[in-house]
Amino acid sequence: MQYKKLTNADVDNLKGICSSERVHAWEEINEDYSHDEMPEYGYYMPEAVVEAVSTEEVSAVMKYAYENSIPVTPRGSGTGLCGGAVPIYGGILLSLAKMNRILELDEENLTVTVEPGVLLMDLIKAVNEKDLLYPPDPGEKSATIGGNIMTNAGGMRAVKYGVTRDYVMALTVVLPSGEIVKLGSRTTKNSSGYSLKDLMIGSEGTLGIVTEIMLKLIPAPKEVISLLVPFRDLDSCIDTVPKIIKSKAVPTAIEFMQKEVIEAAEEYLGKKFPDKSSDAYLLLSFDGTSREEIENIYEEVADICLEAGAVDVFISDTEERQESIWGPRGAFLEAIKSSTPSMDECDVVVPRNKIAEYVRYVNTLEKKYGVRIRSFGHAGDGNIHVYLCKDDLDDETWKTKCKEIMKALYEKAIELDGQVSGEHGIGHAKIPYLRGSIGDTQITLMRGIKKVFDPKNILNPGKIVG
Amino acid sequence: MNILVCIKQVPGTNKVEVDEETGVLKRDGVSSKMNPYDLYAIETALRIREKTGGTITAVTMGPSQAQDVIKEAYMMGVDEGYIFSDRRFAGADVLATSYTLSMGIRAIGEFDLILCGKQTTDGDTGQVGPALAEYLEIPHVIWVKGIEEVDENSITVEQDMADCTAIVRLSYPCLITVDKDIAQPRLPSYKKKLKTRNRPVKIMSFDDFADKNEDNYGLSGSATKVERIFPPDSNDDHIMFEGTGEKLSREIYDILVKNKIV
Repeated sequence: MQYKKLTNADVDNLKGICSSERVHAWEEINEDYSHDEMPEYGYYMPEAVVEAVSTEEVSAVMKYAYENSIPVTPRGSGTGLCGGAVPIYGGILLSLAKMNRILELDEENLTVTVEPGVLLMDLIKAVNEKDLLYPPDPGEKSATIGGNIMTNAGGMRAVKYGVTRDYVMALTVVLPSGEIVKLGSRTTKNSSGYSLKDLMIGSEGTLGIVTEIMLKLIPAPKEVISLLVPFRDLDSCIDTVPKIIKSKAVPTAIEFMQKEVIEAAEEYLGKKFPDKSSDAYLLLSFDGTSREEIENIYEEVADICLEAGAVDVFISDTEERQESIWGPRGAFLEAIKSSTPSMDECDVVVPRNKIAEYVRYVNTLEKKYGVRIRSFGHAGDGNIHVYLCKDDLDDETWKTKCKEIMKALYEKAIELDGQVSGEHGIGHAKIPYLRGSIGDTQITLMRGIKKVFDPKNILNPGKIVG
Repeated sequence: MNILVCIKQVPGTNKVEVDEETGVLKRDGVSSKMNPYDLYAIETALRIREKTGGTITAVTMGPSQAQDVIKEAYMMGVDEGYIFSDRRFAGADVLATSYTLSMGIRAIGEFDLILCGKQTTDGDTGQVGPALAEYLEIPHVIWVKGIEEVDENSITVEQDMADCTAIVRLSYPCLITVDKDIAQPRLPSYKKKLKTRNRPVKIMSFDDFADKNEDNYGLSGSATKVERIFPPDSNDDHIMFEGTGEKLSREIYDILVKNKIV
C-alpha cells in the first residue's frame, strides 16, 4: 500500500477540520508521540498530530484520510507495551486524549457513558463517589478507557469479575471511511446478528475508532480485605494457587510475586514493604458486604495456604495496610524498568492449572541464557508478565538472547495451551508470535475482517495482522 | 524489659461525615480501625523486644468494642492487653484521657518504656502522650523518628525537630511518641490470630483505680468543652499545564518565581 505523504495543504485542511491549535505538524510534534511505554520497539514520528474533541471531528478526519490515503494511528495516553498506538507508517496520529468527559452516570441502570480519553483513574474516582465499582482493574491507572477497550485490558480483579470486555455495553465507533456506527446497546440481552461490538474490543484501533463508550457498573463491595501469604520457595507458593481455586472460594485477585521484585519496588518507591522474610508471596484479595462475611471466606483460604506450607498469612484490612502492599504491587513494572537500561517483556496467559509449570520453566531460562529475568503476575487467571533485563549485556548479545528467550517463552506458553497475550495486546511488536501461535487460517480470517472494515488499510496499519 | 503501648480505636476512614446541626461525627455504619500512628508504636515495641526480650502490654480506653484493637495488637505480637472502660470515662478531653490512662497504668504495674503514636487521626491533638508522661512523672520525648540504641538502663532516640534532628538519651522509666515511618508496621498475622483467639483482654474500670473522685474523669474531669465540630474547607484547586517539555518547564518556573517559591 502506497500512503500519501502529508503536505502543507493537508495540514491546512486538517486545521480546517479541527481547530488550528489542535493540529501539530512535523517539528511541532512532541517526541513522546513516537513511542509508547516500550521505546525498545522503535521510534516512529507521525507527520501530524490531531487532537480531536468530538465524534464528528474524528469522522471528518477519517473521511479526509480515507480519501487521501493517509495512515491514521489512534492513541490514548500512550501507555501501551507493544507499540499498538505508535505510527509506524507516519501519517496522522489521532489523539483521543482530549475527549475525556464523563457524559452520564446512570444510577438507575448502573451504567456510565464516557468519552475514550477518560483516564482509568478518573473513571474509578467518579464511580466510587457513587458507591459503584467498575470491576476491571488494570495496573496502569493513567491509561485511557479507550485504550483499555482496544486491548481488552484485564487487570487484577479478573479472577472474580472478568475483563474489560465483560463490562462494555455499547460503543460509538468511527469506521476508517468516516462513517459512524453504534454497536451494542443498553439492553442486557442481545441476539441480533454478529457481535461487532465484541469484535471491536481488543482490535487495537485497527477496525475503528471508539468515540463513546457505555460501561456496565456494579454496586461497590463495602469491604475489601487482602491476604499477603509468604512461602519459603516459589514452588510451594505457586502450587498453592490451584488448591485455592479448587476450594471454590472466589478471591477477586490472586497475584504472585518474588522477593527480588518487591525489593526493586521498595527501592523505586523509597517505601518499605510490610514483610520481606520470604522468597515468594501470594497476594489475595476478597471483597464482600461485611467484614464478617469476608473473614469467613478468607479463613478457609488461609487454612489452605498454611496446610500448603505457607510461613504465615498476613491480613491487610485498612487503607494504610492496603496501600503498603498494593502500592508496591502497582509499581512493579516501573521498578523493574528503572533497574535496567533496557528490557523486553511478554504477557502470556496459560490455563490456570498450568501457571506453576510455566513459572518454573521461566525460572530455568535465567540460568540457561545468562539474562536477568523478573516475573510477576496474575496467578489466579494464568496471566504472567515476564521481563528480560539487559543490564550490562552488549547490544548484539542482548538482541540475540532476547530473541531466543522470547521464542522459548512463547513456545512453552503455546505448548501449555496458552495465548501470546493476556492483556497487553499484539501491536506491531508481537506480530510474529501471534502468527506462530494461532496459525495461518486464523490470521487469514483476521485479515479478511480487517479488509472489510478498512479496504484501504489506512487505520493503524502494521498492527496485529501486519 | 516491660514495655507498654497506648493504642486507640478510630474511624476506619477519614471520610467520616459531620452532622451539620449537632456537630457530631456520623459513626453509624462506619467501620473502625486502630489509629495508624499506634501501629508504628507497636512495631517499635516489637523491634525493641526482639533485641532486649521482655513483654509488651497494650492498653486502650473506650467502649467495650474497642477491645478489637487489643485483639489486633495480639495478632501483631503483643503479649498482654487491657481496656479501660467505664461510662464515667466518657466524654473525656486530652486532660481527662491522659489522667485516666495514668491511673490505669499505675493500677497495672510498673513499666520501663511507654510508647504512644505521635497523634491520633481523629482527635489529632498529639497531646495525650506528653500529658500522660507528666501525670506519671516520667520524662518523655515526642516526634521520635528513629531508635538509635536500647540498653538495660536507657533508650537513645532521634527526635524530629523539623529543621534538625535531636539525639536524646532517656533513662527508664520514660515515654516516647513515635512518628510514622519509624519502621514499617508488620501486618496482623493469621497464625497469631489462631493462637491468641482465647487470650483475654483484661477490663479495668473506675473501681480498679486508686483515685475514686469521679470528678477527675470523663466529661467532668475535662478542662475543655467541644462547642462545635465542623469539616474543614477543602479545595482541590489545580492548574493543568500542557505542551512540550521546554514550554512546561518554563511555565512551572514562572509560577514558582511568581509565588516566590524560588
